[in-house]
Amino acid sequence: MSAAAQPAPRAVRIPELPFRTRLSIFIRMLAIQGAWNYESLLGNGIGFCVEPALQLLPEGIHSARFKSALAREAHYFNAHPYLAAIAVGALARAELDGEPPERIERFRTALCGPLGSVGDRLVWAGWLPLCSLASLALFGTGASTLAVVAFFLLAYNLGHFGLRIWGLRTGWTHGLRVATALGNPVLRQGPQQIGRLAALATGIAIPLALGRVIGPGRNLLGFVLVAVALGSLLIVRLKGRIEGWRLSLFVLAAFVLISVIA
Amino acid sequence: MILDVLPIALLGGVLGLDVVSFPQAMISRPLVAATITGILIGQPASGLLIGATLELIALETLPFGASRYPEWGSASVVGGAIFSSNPSHPAGAMTCAIVAALATTWVGGWTMVKLRQANAVWAGQRREALEAGSRGAVISLQLVGMTADLLRGIALTAIAYALLAPLAEFCIRTWTMDARVSRAIAVATAASVAGGAAWKLFHSTAGARWFFIGGLVAGLFFLFLR
Repeated sequence: MSAAAQPAPRAVRIPELPFRTRLSIFIRMLAIQGAWNYESLLGNGIGFCVEPALQLLPEGIHSARFKSALAREAHYFNAHPYLAAIAVGALARAELDGEPPERIERFRTALCGPLGSVGDRLVWAGWLPLCSLASLALFGTGASTLAVVAFFLLAYNLGHFGLRIWGLRTGWTHGLRVATALGNPVLRQGPQQIGRLAALATGIAIPLALGRVIGPGRNLLGFVLVAVALGSLLIVRLKGRIEGWRLSLFVLAAFVLISVIA
Repeated sequence: MILDVLPIALLGGVLGLDVVSFPQAMISRPLVAATITGILIGQPASGLLIGATLELIALETLPFGASRYPEWGSASVVGGAIFSSNPSHPAGAMTCAIVAALATTWVGGWTMVKLRQANAVWAGQRREALEAGSRGAVISLQLVGMTADLLRGIALTAIAYALLAPLAEFCIRTWTMDARVSRAIAVATAASVAGGAAWKLFHSTAGARWFFIGGLVAGLFFLFLR
């Protein structure tokens, strides 16, 4: 048979999750770390989030299939809480598709590491500091209280909720083949690009925020900027021997004592 | 006194819950949490001012995985309440509010570790039911953990505010240093932490140094233009 005469490949039809189930999973994902502990980590949270999808199993919630699936999903799991949405979607699909339990177990184990490290770099070390610094820069320009807080919450949660919705959809669409989704350019190159923008925002935000908190007076501000440069250098040179926030607590507590006693 | 502490404690509980358990929308970040506290007290601008200063310090403490980190939600409420209760911003008010928030955030981090240990105990008590795939066990464990986190935040905020607010008031009354110099020292310390944190986060990113220098030039330009 010639290539031209070959039938077109059959499009794989992806089943749809009912809207109520998707909504229920999404709301539960916001509480995925509700029972976080040092033994099963995010495990119970994954079971909690997948459970609405397991209710769709034809055998019902009192069946052995439902119970064994829920027990499996509530085992140890570790991931970034936002990117765990990928795992929740993929695991829900795998359980409803009736994938063999051993395959699901292997998949869970393989998914833990990447979802943790990618999420930490993208969100905790990228998106959150970027939104925070951009909001501080806005604060430094003299923006109103509402503008600063609304900007931070809208910008941050656009990424936050967007990531969770995308993760759930991607996980559900690809099922156990979801690893390919981790090659998404946003996940691979996002941390680098966000890091550059956050560095830019740091440079803008610190002097402007200092200016607004201290108020008018260039001489004082000049001294403060030099002190900040030296203080930052000291914290970097300490290389984590003491965290900056603890050091600042000791410094400021000593300052309070001096100011009260003197 | 109880009526003064109650709304602050409830707010601290809700914002403390946001740090990890629900919904992690970052309403617990100092910039937001202290401002909301300021609004509650009727001083939103004061809340924003202390919130921005605490946010500079909080940049260093991001909630990475299982690491132990300070709890900023309840702490920002305590710091925000102390600073906003002094709307004329007398000398020492900002320094005392920052110290109170930092002390609370330290204890808050410890309470979160204890909560995680308690969650493990509660999970252990339900182990058989969880292994049997009990829907009730999975859901109740999640709800118990979240409720305990809410109560943890409420108790932490109530105790910290009840202890630290009178102490801060005493320090502010007896403060001897100039107001602007005091505030400059406090905010310089906070910004130093932010500078160190930004370096740790971004120094390994290719080109980040140039972006930082570019930003700094722009920031200084805008600052001296004002």
